[in-house]
Amino acid sequence: MDGVTKAGRDASRPARLPGLRRALAPLPWLAPALLLVGAVVLWPVVEMVRTSLLDISSSGTTLGGAGAANYTDLFDEPDLWPVLGRTLLWVAGVVVAATVLSLALGQLLHARFPGRRAVRWAVIVPWAASVLMTALIWRWMLDNDSGVINRVLLDLGVLDEPVNWLAHPAQALLWMMGVAVFVTLPFTSFVILAGLQSIPGDVYEAARVDGASGWTTYLRITLPLLRPSLLIGTIVNVINVFNNFPIIWSMTQGGPGHATDTTTTFTYKIAFFDKHVGESAAMAVVNFLLILMMVLLYLRAVRRPGARA
Amino acid sequence: MNKRFRTALLAGVGWLVALFFLLPYVEMLLTALKPERELTRSPGGYLPSHWQWSNFTDVWSAAPILTNLRVSLIVAGGATALTLACALPAAYYAARNRFQGRGAFLLLVLVTQMFAPTALVIGVYREMVALNLTDTLEALILVNAAFNLPFCVWILHGSFSAVPKELEEAAFLDGAGRIGALFRVTLPVSLPGVVTAVVYTFITAWNEYIVALTVSVSDNRKPLTVAVPSFVTQYQEHWQYLFATSLIAIVPVVILFALVERYLIGGLTAGSVK
Repeated sequence: MDGVTKAGRDASRPARLPGLRRALAPLPWLAPALLLVGAVVLWPVVEMVRTSLLDISSSGTTLGGAGAANYTDLFDEPDLWPVLGRTLLWVAGVVVAATVLSLALGQLLHARFPGRRAVRWAVIVPWAASVLMTALIWRWMLDNDSGVINRVLLDLGVLDEPVNWLAHPAQALLWMMGVAVFVTLPFTSFVILAGLQSIPGDVYEAARVDGASGWTTYLRITLPLLRPSLLIGTIVNVINVFNNFPIIWSMTQGGPGHATDTTTTFTYKIAFFDKHVGESAAMAVVNFLLILMMVLLYLRAVRRPGARA
Repeated sequence: MNKRFRTALLAGVGWLVALFFLLPYVEMLLTALKPERELTRSPGGYLPSHWQWSNFTDVWSAAPILTNLRVSLIVAGGATALTLACALPAAYYAARNRFQGRGAFLLLVLVTQMFAPTALVIGVYREMVALNLTDTLEALILVNAAFNLPFCVWILHGSFSAVPKELEEAAFLDGAGRIGALFRVTLPVSLPGVVTAVVYTFITAWNEYIVALTVSVSDNRKPLTVAVPSFVTQYQEHWQYLFATSLIAIVPVVILFALVERYLIGGLTAGSVK
């Protein structure tokens, strides 16, 4: 591979590299990545779109083309629209809450105080711990009979009798969103902390000389300079929260009925419980288009002239 | 505000925040140490009446945890190695050279970032059936590696771009080849990015759930994430074993994470700024 591409030399002697060879030069470096992504990520995408147009029996044999039948079946599901609405609420609620809290948390982790290192370690824990296992401990803490949350609220006199939190859709959803925020905070806070550390100190020096107050400095200097961090944090979070499966699956399985399903658990149930593989694939395609749309809208909204993202 | 008071206040808030993040895992430990009969008591108590440390040893014979642990290790380790082997050269080349299709390549990375195995599980499942790879560890390694690749390329590309070209050119002058310069100059300097990529991939693969849930059938090919919830089913409720196993799975990863915390911040900086 040596000599094919010495950086900087290409430009000085373009004539010696024939066009084809030049075009193929990056291949040895990029091919493994392209191959892996192509074979394992893009194939399922194609397969999913293809499946959404097939008529597949509940035992998994392909019976032929289905035209748009899977999509019309999907849009006839009475649960579809509530599930879609709930998914948007879930993503927006979790991502916004996590971002706002992470701004505060990042600032705290950035400040100097005794024990800061230990606090940073503690904040990492939910990120390193499995989301599934974190969700399971919350489910146990919310348990109707033996859960510690009921016990604390009873002992404090807030409740008169234990509440079966996860049996009520609205309460269950709120608790699950709380857990989702809990597991999202560490990554987001660390991205923001990384952003804060990349801001050179003399910027603040200058602001102080100009007599700017703390709040003004934050709004006019810190926040704009955090833009790249907020961008990467938000995009990764939107995708992860949208696709989160373990929290809902382990805490309520989307139930009772479909009352706490998001599109992710809904897609899974249609395929593996109802055995409607084609319709499930149609749901997955819709799901994917939604993420794509949200990310593109977000990118557009934050892109301003001069922004480096 | 007095500076001393400010520091004390920050430390106070900091310790409260730390406590908040640790509490669920403390409850996990307390539950793992309770005798089984105490778990069905209503209302439950805070501390175990009898600290049943034997839960942590009994669980190894109650379920094939050692096997599941090994599966998790092979899958996470294999996926990390494969991701790195593919992401390193691509990210490095894209950071150092302006070539035709570079923009398209980086766009592809950004777009595939949006694909999650969860969203594509039907497609992944059907692909594995077509490749005759269901119920194999290879399937889990491939899927985890591929879906983590975009984030790794992104982070590594950022780190490599942050290393001045002149450093490598100096190494060339000293007689190092391109690969030599990469290993002796660029990689050590961009260590935070590499560590971030490795840790992120390992953790994500270690914690992956839905693909393993659909693809793994045999008990001896299930990673911990899929095996652990089976302690609590409609037929049995061994919460103490569930959380004992959870802690066994979580603690090593948390230690790994805590050790590389400094690099993590550096790696995320390069990834988000460039």
